[in-house]
Amino acid sequence: MAVVVAAMAGCTVPDRGAVALNEPFDPFEEENRSRHEFNKGLDSGLVRPLGKGYGWTLPDPVETGISNFASNLNKPGVAVNSILQADLKGLGQTVLRFAVNTTLGIGGIFNPADALGIPDHDTDFGETLHVWGAPEGAYLELPLLGPSTERDAVGTVVDVFTNPLLYAFKGSDRGILALMVILSGLGDRSQFSETVDSILYESADSYAQSRLIYLQNRRFKLGQGQAAQTGTDPYDDVYTDPYEDPYAE
Amino acid sequence: MQNKPYNRRSMLIGMTATAGMISSATPLFALTEAGATALVNSLVGEINGVIGSGKSESAMIRDFEKIFVRYADVSIMARYALGNDGRTASKAQLRKFTKAFQGYISRKYGKRFREFIGGNVKVRSTRKIKSGYEIKTDVKLRGQSPFEVTFLVSDRSGKDLFFNMFIEGINLLLAERTEIGSMLDRSGGNIDQVTAELAKAG
Repeated sequence: MAVVVAAMAGCTVPDRGAVALNEPFDPFEEENRSRHEFNKGLDSGLVRPLGKGYGWTLPDPVETGISNFASNLNKPGVAVNSILQADLKGLGQTVLRFAVNTTLGIGGIFNPADALGIPDHDTDFGETLHVWGAPEGAYLELPLLGPSTERDAVGTVVDVFTNPLLYAFKGSDRGILALMVILSGLGDRSQFSETVDSILYESADSYAQSRLIYLQNRRFKLGQGQAAQTGTDPYDDVYTDPYEDPYAE
Repeated sequence: MQNKPYNRRSMLIGMTATAGMISSATPLFALTEAGATALVNSLVGEINGVIGSGKSESAMIRDFEKIFVRYADVSIMARYALGNDGRTASKAQLRKFTKAFQGYISRKYGKRFREFIGGNVKVRSTRKIKSGYEIKTDVKLRGQSPFEVTFLVSDRSGKDLFFNMFIEGINLLLAERTEIGSMLDRSGGNIDQVTAELAKAG
């Protein structure tokens, strides 16, 4: 924990008022952009074709099974973070879901919890840090992992090492679990192929688009989206200047 | 179209507004929460109608463009997306840009609507915001967990129209402002060039 606190203290914090509501705080833009180019090359050269192949070869039920399995593997970590956030409701849902899907769902391959109406609670250590009051920090694009922030990058590292399953399995079993997680990632790349392609390959500046989309969606999930949602009022933008009235034709 | 309840309603409001204009200088008419919700429901209904029509993609996109023009405050959206560079644009440039923007949005998002086949949109909550109302909806697509789409509706144009959307917190108008800002940067702030690019993009 001490390491985490130290890492958070190193979070870059923007000057008060220096960052407008919808302006990303991105002091490392140059480095981020070069990592973005690296990630994009990796996607077009490897991940995208693999995802396509994966989507074509495997029958849908197998893909769903792998995706369910990987999602179930993540639940012990979600439970740990729910405890750290003192979120008893989330904890209860997660424990129940993990128990049902691991047993009735045969190790998590099937998802009977959905049919039983048990909500799918999701959280991570980045959110725990947010709940504890840590600032978002600067925007980061991580190699391989993509868009993040200083706070979320710390969260990702902690999540990997605090997942109880990492310690419950050894040797080749651990390798199989890792493979399932990777395959599930390829499944996501294939399922959301059109969305990802349109951001990475069809936009004028894929770096700026991915940054905007990541930050807005992440803040929304952390419940910080409210202010931002109405913060940009296009009517304000125009009507503050009487000469700019588009209706005065 | 004439027998859509929403249109009949807005006609009634329009008549009341005319009466109000004659009698006094009080606010002409106000967008109501129910009116804003009806607009969103009617918009969703029309989009579903097109998705279910079985037409070709290009025919559907033409239909989406018509719906967009009827339900959205396109000029304010285009103006916002253009950002500060819009200030130096002539009226003719703005008109051309708006027209290109409208086609671009219809193609870009219209292409994706087939993912919504069999989907279901439910209004969850509404609240007053500065320029009108915010309508939150839950969208459920086949085989996916529900996600949130928020519509912002205003009558600042003189009609009840939507002027922005948020998909899981992602501000559509801001994303397009970023996109068009990048295009402007690349062209050295040349609006005509961006308009020409936009007419082909999406």
